[in-house]
Amino acid sequence: MTTAAQNLVLAPVWDRPKTGTHFLSGDHACAEGAVYAVCRFFAGYPITPATEIAELLSERLPEIGGQYIQMEDEIASMAAILGASVAGAKSMTATSGPGFSLMMENLGLGYMTEVPTVVVDVQRGGPSTGLPTSVGQQDMMQARFGPHGDFTSIAFSPQSPQEAFALTVHAFNVAERLRTPVLLMMDEVVGHMHERVVIPPPGEIPLVGRPRPTVPPKEYRTYRPGPDLVPPMALAGEGYDVLFTGLTHDETGQAVTTYEAQKALVPRLREKILKNREVYERVGLYKTDDATTLVVAYGITARSARRAVDLGREKGLRLGLFRPISVWPFPAEKLRSFRNVSRIVVAEINLGQIVLEVRRIAGPYAEVIHVGNPGGEVLSPETILEACLSPPGARP
Amino acid sequence: MTADGEAAAADVRALGGAAGAGPHPYDHLLRSERLPTIWCPGCGIGTAVGALIYGFEQAAIPKEKRVIVGGIGCSSRIVFYAKTDAYHTTHGRTIPYATGVKLANPSLAVVVFAGDGDLFAIGGNHFIHAARRNMDLLVVCINNFNYGMTGGQGGPTTPAGALSTTTPYGNAEFPFNLPELAAAAGATYVARWTTLDVRRLRRTFAEVLVRHGFRFVEVLAPCPVSFGKTNKIGSGVEEMEYYRSLEVLKSRVESTEVPKTNIELGKPIIVGTFVDREGETFRDRYARVVAKARGESS
Repeated sequence: MTTAAQNLVLAPVWDRPKTGTHFLSGDHACAEGAVYAVCRFFAGYPITPATEIAELLSERLPEIGGQYIQMEDEIASMAAILGASVAGAKSMTATSGPGFSLMMENLGLGYMTEVPTVVVDVQRGGPSTGLPTSVGQQDMMQARFGPHGDFTSIAFSPQSPQEAFALTVHAFNVAERLRTPVLLMMDEVVGHMHERVVIPPPGEIPLVGRPRPTVPPKEYRTYRPGPDLVPPMALAGEGYDVLFTGLTHDETGQAVTTYEAQKALVPRLREKILKNREVYERVGLYKTDDATTLVVAYGITARSARRAVDLGREKGLRLGLFRPISVWPFPAEKLRSFRNVSRIVVAEINLGQIVLEVRRIAGPYAEVIHVGNPGGEVLSPETILEACLSPPGARP
Repeated sequence: MTADGEAAAADVRALGGAAGAGPHPYDHLLRSERLPTIWCPGCGIGTAVGALIYGFEQAAIPKEKRVIVGGIGCSSRIVFYAKTDAYHTTHGRTIPYATGVKLANPSLAVVVFAGDGDLFAIGGNHFIHAARRNMDLLVVCINNFNYGMTGGQGGPTTPAGALSTTTPYGNAEFPFNLPELAAAAGATYVARWTTLDVRRLRRTFAEVLVRHGFRFVEVLAPCPVSFGKTNKIGSGVEEMEYYRSLEVLKSRVESTEVPKTNIELGKPIIVGTFVDREGETFRDRYARVVAKARGESS
């Protein structure tokens, strides 16, 4: 048997992750995170500024017994990672805005058929071809509502290469644990910036597998959920005669296109995400204890926001940073726990996306204002501070 | 009983059934609780499904190793009836999905089973690229010359001049010649049969299921409710008679040159095995990549 003919699920991990201290770009740190998480299958298509993830994995995956394949487009890439996952391989793709748009239909198939996989979007300025080599955070609502239909997505946003590494590992764990696609919403600056990245020894970050059937094939139902609302997952080739369809289906997987079947399925897809927040929710806090004004920022913008908080504190302002690391579902209860806050400034490289969610959550008790730009530049600390200092009611 | 009839009865006995009595010998290979199928009277898809299941049995592929990937359309409904691991994917994306399945677990016999619209309109790009890679997949295209499930619209295989609900004045476009397309893109096995050629179809599936590389089988199937009716071919039986009267067998060609397999209304339909060649597969070549990456001599 040739080496590539091995079952990727059963193949040994030939190489350990590159444990140690490195100087890596966010893209490369993400790729190393995938290696650490024992991702065995990457399908992708070159696109700036995400290409470096594919490049590094084309080198690393054959080293560790995994499979890299460059597909003919992003539609095929998304389909291939679902296929690899249903056969048991942890899988991933990486892209940017235009490719992310192409992936939407099959991403929806992933939510509907509950397939664990990781999709990385290194965001650039849009819409359309936009600013291929410059930063944007304009795909954040697409990360929530991109595919048609009702579902709830999980999305993370790293602020540094180190965090890109850690969140890639976390994204795999969450995807497997909850049987769902997970989005890693990076941005061009985090993707291309080089910083110190520490890769821990294997085992230091625990790896989580998908829930597996505990009953014999005759009793197994492809979509019978456990108490946590996650159905145990049988793989292709295990004798369970699994049946997956993007059509509305019952517990056996058979297509049942009725209101009753829809009512039994689609709300569960949402609930299994919302009821398991402890699995994925992460928030970064900085000087929030006595804050009366919170800056909400994620990705590269959180780095500027942190500096803005320091600059404001020097001026005697009680500023704090609330950083949703898991941006979707938005950590609403955590934000509401800061009840002394009278003003929230949402800083993001777009014309107003996550601010809509923050306003929905905190609008009843705080003034929520937005500071952003249409993409192409990182927001400066001064710009964010200026928004914090603006008189009440002066900004949208 | 004709020779073919006797052979068919022998097939049934070989599968453990008694011709004309008792449970159907395929019952354990079907999700029988889902029957009857949604396919229209006279439709050819069921014949092709039966032939594929027969092929799996004849090729002695372990039941748990059988995987069917379907797209969207009448043909792809096979996933709800064939008792294998089955994946009903998005329209046109069967081949890349199946590529992921196969690469993650190469011990599986992965079959893509979809219609002409799915595979060659919305999914055409995936088809040529998988053929180019010589990916280890058997792709079965049920070609009924139109979009059956949505009610008989024209598509990439609708013959020039043919009528459909979206070509009411006759099709202004030329159809793809699927065997030529597959051969040109790099498929290592290419055959075409009609659903009249049941025994040849069964033998073909039995033979190619155990082979490697990109294998393509086009199955011309009656669609009496849409294509047949619109083009006044008539019932399913009459569409079969249409095939019988026009079929010309040009099988086992020695060269890799595909005979003129283009389809025109009322003109002869060439059937047979057109390409049958050896070739390195994607996985063969990737094994060398792995060896190089690991510093081994390949």
